[in-house]
Amino acid sequence: MSARLRAAVLAEVRKTTGGRLWWLLALGMLGYLALVGGALAASIALAPETSAAPLAPRDAALTIYGSLNALGYVFPLVVGTLSVTSEVRHRTLTQTLLSEPARGVVLSAKLLAALPFGLLYGVAGALGLVLAAGPVLAVAGDGAFLGDGEVLRTLLLGVLVTGLWAVLGVALGTLVTHQVAAVVVVLGFTQLVEPVARAALSAVEGLDVVGRFLPGAAADAVVGTSVFDQVGGGSLLPVWAGLLVLAAYAVVLAVAGWRTTWARDVT
Amino acid sequence: MLRAEGLTKLFGPVITAVDDVSFTVLPGRVTGFLGPNGSGKTTTLRMLLGLVAPTSGAALVGDRPYAAHDHPARVVGAGLEPSFHPGRTARGHLRACAPQVGASDARVGEVLEQVGLGQAADRRVGGYSLGMRQRLSLASALLGDPPVLVLDEPANGLDPEGVVWLRTLLRDLAAEGRTVLLSSHVLGEVQSTVDDVLVLSRGRLVHASPLSELVARAGDATVVDGPDRPALGGLCAEQGWGRRIEPDGAIVVEGATPAEVGAAAFAAGLELHRLGERGISLEDVFLRLTQPPAPDPEEAP
Repeated sequence: MSARLRAAVLAEVRKTTGGRLWWLLALGMLGYLALVGGALAASIALAPETSAAPLAPRDAALTIYGSLNALGYVFPLVVGTLSVTSEVRHRTLTQTLLSEPARGVVLSAKLLAALPFGLLYGVAGALGLVLAAGPVLAVAGDGAFLGDGEVLRTLLLGVLVTGLWAVLGVALGTLVTHQVAAVVVVLGFTQLVEPVARAALSAVEGLDVVGRFLPGAAADAVVGTSVFDQVGGGSLLPVWAGLLVLAAYAVVLAVAGWRTTWARDVT
Repeated sequence: MLRAEGLTKLFGPVITAVDDVSFTVLPGRVTGFLGPNGSGKTTTLRMLLGLVAPTSGAALVGDRPYAAHDHPARVVGAGLEPSFHPGRTARGHLRACAPQVGASDARVGEVLEQVGLGQAADRRVGGYSLGMRQRLSLASALLGDPPVLVLDEPANGLDPEGVVWLRTLLRDLAAEGRTVLLSSHVLGEVQSTVDDVLVLSRGRLVHASPLSELVARAGDATVVDGPDRPALGGLCAEQGWGRRIEPDGAIVVEGATPAEVGAAAFAAGLELHRLGERGISLEDVFLRLTQPPAPDPEEAP
C-alpha cells in the first residue's frame, strides 16, 4: 500500500469513528439479530414434534447461525453507501478531494476502510445471534452446538460476508451518490427485487443458474446455508465462487461509479 | 506560487464561467481575488486545486498542477467551503484531515487554539455558527503548515472582530514568505489585507495589479453639469477624460481638476451650472471594473 493510500485509508477510518453512527448501528445490528435470531431459535426449538419436515437439531442450529447474512446484510450495505453519500450530502467531498486529489486513491481508500467496519458489524451480528439463539437452543431445543466446527465456520463466514457487504455498499454509493436514493435502492433491491427474482428464477428450468449469481444468493453461498435454502430457494454456488461473485459486483459498481459520478467536477 | 494560463471553463455549451483567465500569484504577498458573486472566482479557485477540470488552459501550483504534487495537501492549504459533517467535532474533522498532511494530534490542538476554537473543539460542528465554521475551515487550511494558502470568501460570516483577526493572521503568514490568495466579493472587506488585486467580472480578468495601482485610479474627479449635457459629454470625449453619469444626470469627469474642466467649458462656450470636486472611492473603481458598461446617452447619435 502506498503511503498516500495508507493516509487516505486512515482518514476514512477517522471520518467514520469521528461520529456516533458507526457504533449506534453496530449496537442496532447486535440487537436486531439477537431479536430475530432468538425468535427464529424459539420457533424451531418449540415447534411441535409432529410438524412437517422437522430439522435435525444440528441443522436447525446451522440454519439459525447462518442467518446472519440473510437477516443482517442491509446494515453493512447502508453503512457502506453512507461513506460516499454523506460526503455528497454534507458537501464534504471538497475537503476530501483537497486532502487527496487523486480520486482513484480516495475511492480505493473508502473501499478498503469499509472492510474492517463491515467485519465489526459481522461480529456484532454474530454476537447477537449467539447470545440470543444459543441459550434458547440449549434450554428449549437440543443444544446450542457452539463448539461444533461447522457452526463456527458458518459464523466466521457470516462475519466475512458482512464485511464484503460493506465494501459493496461503498461501491454502490459511488454510483448512486444521493443518500436517500442509495438507501431506497438498497432496501428496494434487498427486500423486494432480489427475493422475488430468486424465487422466480429458481422456478424456471435453466434460469435457476442465473439466480445463483444474484448478490444475496452469492452471499448465501459463502455462508453455505440460509433461510432461502431451507424453503427451496434453489441450490447455491460453491463458497469460493460466492466470494468471487460478491467481489465482482463491488468491482463493477465501483468502476462504473469511478468512471461516471466520481469523475465529475466538484463545484 | 500559483499560476493560471488561459484558464477557461464552459459549463454546458452556452455558459462560459471562466473565460481565458491568466494571472500569477506571488509568494510573500496577500493577493485578493475580487469580483461580484457569480463572476467565476470559485470556479477558478476550484480549477487551481483540481476539483474542476478546465475546458482549456492550465492551472499550476509551482511548476505543476495541484494533483501532480507528491503530497498536494502539504503544498496548498485550502479553505474553499465551510461545510462539515454535522455529527463530527471540530477536532474529529481535523483529525480526519491530518493523515494527508502528516499532522499529529498535538498539531490539531495547536491549530484549534490558533483559530480560537480551543473551547469548542469537542463540540459537534452541527451546532456551530457560520463564523465558527469559517474558523474551522481556516484551521483545516493551516493544519499542514503549507507554503501556499487558498481561501474562498474566508471573511464571510466573521464578525468585525474576526475580520480584523483574520487580516492580522493573513498578513503574518504572507510576511513569513507564504503565498496567500483569498477571494471576496467586497473590496472593502479585504482592502487593508491585500497587497495585490485580481478583479474578475463575468468570467474575465478585468484588472490585475498591486492594490496601490488600483488606489491611484481612485482619487480626485470633477463633477460638472449644465443645460447642454450632450455637449459636455462631447467635450470630455474631445479632451480624453473618463466620465461617468451620476444618478441625477450630472457628469463626473475623471483625471481632470475643476479648473481644467471649467477652462475647457469656457473655451467651448458651454454654460455650466455646477462645477466642483468629487472624491472617487476605491469601491467606485471596483464597481466600475466589475459592472456592465452603463448605457451612455451622450454617446447616442
